[in-house]
Amino acid sequence: MAAFTSLTDRLSQAFKHLRSKGKLSESDIDGTIREIRRALLDADVSLDVVRSFTSRIRERALGAEVSQALNPAQQVVSIVNEELTKILGAGVDRPLNFAKKPPTVIMLAGLQGAGKTTLAGKLGYWLRDTGHTPLLVAADLQRPNAVTQLQVVGARAEVPVFAPEPGVQAESSDVVEPGKATGDPVKVARDSIAFAQDKLYDTVIIDTAGRLGVDQELMQQAQNIRNAVNPNEILFVIDAMIGQDAVQTAKAFDEGVDFTGVVLSKLDGDARGGAALSVASVTGKPILFASTGEGLKDFEVFHPDRMASRILDMGDVLTLIEQA
Amino acid sequence: IRLRARLSKSANPLGKALFTILSKNHLTNSDWEDVEDTLLLADVGADASSRLVDQLKSDVRIQGETEPNTVREMLKTRLLAIVDAGMDRRLCAELSETQVPNDQKPSVIIMVGVNGTGKTTTAGKLARFFVAEGRTVMMAAADTFRAAAADQLETWGNRVGVRVVRSDKDGADPASVAFEAAHTAKEQGSDVLIVDTAGRLQNKANLMQELGKIRRVIEKTAKVDEVLLVLDATTGQNGMAQAKVFADAIGITGIVLTKLDGSARGGIVISVQQELGVPVKLVGLGEGPDDLTVFDPATFVDGILAVN
Ligand SMILES: Nc1nc2c(ncn2[C@@H]2O[C@H](COP(=O)(O)OP(=O)(O)OP(=O)(O)O)[C@@H](O)[C@H]2O)c(=O)[nH]1
Ligand SMILES: Nc1nc2c(ncn2[C@@H]2O[C@H](COP(=O)(O)OP(=O)(O)OP(=O)(O)O)[C@@H](O)[C@H]2O)c(=O)[nH]1
Ligand SMILES: [Mg+2]
Ligand SMILES: [Mg+2]
Repeated sequence: MAAFTSLTDRLSQAFKHLRSKGKLSESDIDGTIREIRRALLDADVSLDVVRSFTSRIRERALGAEVSQALNPAQQVVSIVNEELTKILGAGVDRPLNFAKKPPTVIMLAGLQGAGKTTLAGKLGYWLRDTGHTPLLVAADLQRPNAVTQLQVVGARAEVPVFAPEPGVQAESSDVVEPGKATGDPVKVARDSIAFAQDKLYDTVIIDTAGRLGVDQELMQQAQNIRNAVNPNEILFVIDAMIGQDAVQTAKAFDEGVDFTGVVLSKLDGDARGGAALSVASVTGKPILFASTGEGLKDFEVFHPDRMASRILDMGDVLTLIEQA
Repeated sequence: IRLRARLSKSANPLGKALFTILSKNHLTNSDWEDVEDTLLLADVGADASSRLVDQLKSDVRIQGETEPNTVREMLKTRLLAIVDAGMDRRLCAELSETQVPNDQKPSVIIMVGVNGTGKTTTAGKLARFFVAEGRTVMMAAADTFRAAAADQLETWGNRVGVRVVRSDKDGADPASVAFEAAHTAKEQGSDVLIVDTAGRLQNKANLMQELGKIRRVIEKTAKVDEVLLVLDATTGQNGMAQAKVFADAIGITGIVLTKLDGSARGGIVISVQQELGVPVKLVGLGEGPDDLTVFDPATFVDGILAVN
């Protein structure tokens, strides 16, 4: 892909030049900042975030720590790495919030197709594996066979599914069209808590329908579900392939359901995942988990440092600088 | 109805910010940057955006243009020229206005794309569309992997009155479902066969190979007229890699841009169209059966320029 020369290539050019000069001039730094800006944009970091990020880098790069460094170029790169990891890592090191008095309630929310239902299975599997007794709740009554999907996923994870309403299915009422809701997801969510208390499940994972940030009606519904169950965690699931829309969407969900943590999905792909940086810096909410495949076990705790290298292609840059 | 209300809200085709910039009598560097920002925010991409702005700058210089209204029009015209490019956006199955001879039936459409973009939903909407045109349609559930994927397609089939060929067991070979469906559709003289495939990320080589196999197996019985790459409008720069790899693996004849009812504008398709020479044919505007429309370059360009 000729159009996407990596940051490594571009910075290596810039640094070759720098190495011969030793000291960094303001224009050297601006040139480097331009390359970083470009790399961030190619990685889908949102424009506003790129702007504030690069201006912070520039400020630090012009300061004493760089001009007095033995290898100024190396210093600039480590500043970039440090700042990226700082934003991505804010609050990451915390475990899931568990309720003092069970059940712990975890609600999933996000755009259509982000990976919520798949994540419900993964969370269920992981919790069961660590000695919990989770229950999955089918509160997406809108997407055709969303309930069936959760049931299949639950069966694979050997986690029970609370599904009092069938949602949109071929067998259910023939009045309902795809895209229109059946039944009341708020009631399903509310009833699931009593069910869990009664049957002694210690964690309740509520799968909700995908919704757009601009869909006020459905955002209100998500808020109603939240208010009905008072979740200990509201996880915002976002696709690593998302572009500039990440900010607007994250803001809408933040205002709509005030999520407590972020899950970045489809990280097994080759998208750079700049959205991680956008969402973290715009909402200040921690990224807790990474989803890395379609299988039940393709799920891990989020690693800010790995994500920083990924966004900027920094792994290579760091080696490159070390060789300098 | 929700959707229509939402769409009518974005009545101002050129966003407020752009409108203010381009209303000034003299354009400074930072004004040009703001124009570029508008494109970047719509996911047009750094490369394509800066190229566009450079072209516009030179247009303005050459024509000695200072009238803001004209500059505004020039930007729109430039963008439209790139997006439109005189491509044929009709679906192959639609092309044959007269009765298709029986030995050329069915006309096969394969849906492909990464996970969760809207393949199954678009298959359902398309089926509905063809049925409304008076065609006989069949669908094939060649996603045997995703939990309840075949059930989801079957629900759509049920709603739009179209038969779905599927396997009863999870994890069956998707190519053999496709083969059986092509056979059945031919036997029954269906006009159109729509094949739904599992979502797959383009960096998974084995899954990409599987797509090629699905196509070859169908071609033993019927002609594949369309392979539609379903791209989610929220997708950023990775959309280009998706398009390239899918094009290599199975060949692509058109793009469906879904979820354009949200706040994302889908600007990546500009580069995709240019690079692959494959047109966006359809647009998804919601989750219901009728939320599918043909791609209209002018509306799309208005959407890009309306980003705040
Ligand atoms: N490769 C990969 N695929 C994933 C991952 N997470 C989910 N998927 C796939 O993405 C698609 C959508 O996932 P779902 O879990 O159905 O997404 P959702 O958010 O529940 O979707 P809606 O309910 O329709 O809004 C499916 O094909 C999943 O298998 C991931 O981490 N990696
Ligand atoms: N708002 C909106 N939602 C859409 C649109 N098209 C599809 N969706 C929703 O996006 C989600 C994923 O759609 P699917 O059709 O299951 O996507 P897919 O590509 O078949 O997914 P996999 O088979 O899992 O890869 C569902 O919740 C759909 O209802 C659209 O144009 N607008
Ligand atoms: Mg779901
Ligand atoms: Mg599907």
